[in-house]
Amino acid sequence: MQAIYDTIETVARDLYWKALKDIPEDVRTALKGGLQAEQQVGNSTAEQVLFTILENIKTADEHGMLVCQDTGLPIYKVVIGSRAGIDVAELKARIRRACERATAEYPLRSNTVHPLTRKHTGTNTGEGIPIIKVEFAPGADHLEITMAPKGSGSENMSFLRMLNPSEGRKGIKKFVLQCIFESGAKPCPPMIVGIGLGGTSDVAMQLAKEASTFRKIGTSNADAEVASLERELLDHINQTGIGPQGLGGATTALAVNIEWAHTHISHNPVAVNIQCWRGERASAIIAADGKVKYGNGAL
Amino acid sequence: MAHYKLKTPLSESDVRQLKLEDNVSIDGTIFGIRDATQIRIFDHHIAPPADLTGSVCLHTAPGVRKLPDGRYEKICIGTTTSTRMDRFVPGLIEQYGVRVIVGKGGVLQGSIEAMQRTGAVYLAIVGGAAALETLQIEEIEEVWWEDLMPECLWKFRVKEFGPLIVAVDSHGNSHYRAIQERAAARIAALEL
Repeated sequence: MQAIYDTIETVARDLYWKALKDIPEDVRTALKGGLQAEQQVGNSTAEQVLFTILENIKTADEHGMLVCQDTGLPIYKVVIGSRAGIDVAELKARIRRACERATAEYPLRSNTVHPLTRKHTGTNTGEGIPIIKVEFAPGADHLEITMAPKGSGSENMSFLRMLNPSEGRKGIKKFVLQCIFESGAKPCPPMIVGIGLGGTSDVAMQLAKEASTFRKIGTSNADAEVASLERELLDHINQTGIGPQGLGGATTALAVNIEWAHTHISHNPVAVNIQCWRGERASAIIAADGKVKYGNGAL
Repeated sequence: MAHYKLKTPLSESDVRQLKLEDNVSIDGTIFGIRDATQIRIFDHHIAPPADLTGSVCLHTAPGVRKLPDGRYEKICIGTTTSTRMDRFVPGLIEQYGVRVIVGKGGVLQGSIEAMQRTGAVYLAIVGGAAALETLQIEEIEEVWWEDLMPECLWKFRVKEFGPLIVAVDSHGNSHYRAIQERAAARIAALEL
């Protein structure tokens, strides 16, 4: 049984490095689409920005380098098969150890500080860090780990508003566009816009994070009404012309992803969380026999 | 849009010639600064231990490895959001003679006006493109205030550092401001 936890620790460490180096395939495709769109409209600054982004991804691939210097706050999403027999307390301890090892062995820049004293821990771990989200897959006997090193430039662009029910769909759109306008150049556009609708305030924020950071580009929400709002908002956001790096262009967002929960009759919660163009995440599945298969997130 | 290859240290005329959306690359040395570096300079009133006259300052906190001889090896050097440190920009330019701020996300009205008065510009780098930046930084030449690691005052030797896009010129113009004004008008015109 010890062996599975050793595997979890190694995989969790390697996923931190992989997420920082290897941009997910869906994100690469969306960035290339953005470059083509800017070439078509003849926006040379936006074209240069997107070309540089793609060159940077290629350079990181060729030299085995980090794509961006922000090693983020480590977030792990773990889906545990209900028949996998995993001790969650031990799993969390091993993921924490994995972050410490990833940081010391590379070495990665550590970003974790006390919120008041601003004192560094030096390990990319600390009180409540790494963030570990645990879900269960009924009947499965494997384990899926997705790692996202969430960067600060985009995370600083997080918003929550408890709208009135009477403000409805229009109020939601208005608030999201206001958030995008306030974010402007700061979150490293072209961005992935994550929106959480419904629930309580904390649930709305968590849904927005799931949408911005763990959902693939090119996927739609299963609810037709929600999916139509995703398409509508993507069109509106790209009409703002904020563009790559906020220097103008047709590609402000690569995707708008919405996740939702039911809510109270008196609530209309809207949360917005932005992900930068690198859309960093990496995943692995650990099978019951201990075999590991790596992917680019959301396997 | 013209392309300029500039070599540090920079004079007022070097930066006065630059116009919005011009392209710039830099050879020579640049300084790395971040939040904590500037809190020390401006809030704790401790003068920087290096001469910043005519310099280029980059908003960064690099990832590095300390070598046995005390020098630092680069691991990953990229750029952080400038807007967070906007309030320090006028001081850097007017008190310490900085000619160029390189960052991402832009700076606000007070900085734009200081750049116009003194002759300085803001050059936008492509945020997140740290693999390219790291290769363009040839060496970490000096480090001061190591107690602020990684937000020390850094001196980097660079070659063809760029592409950098003129986003605030020294004549009171901001490309970010123009784009945001246009965005506000476009949002107001949307049928929601």
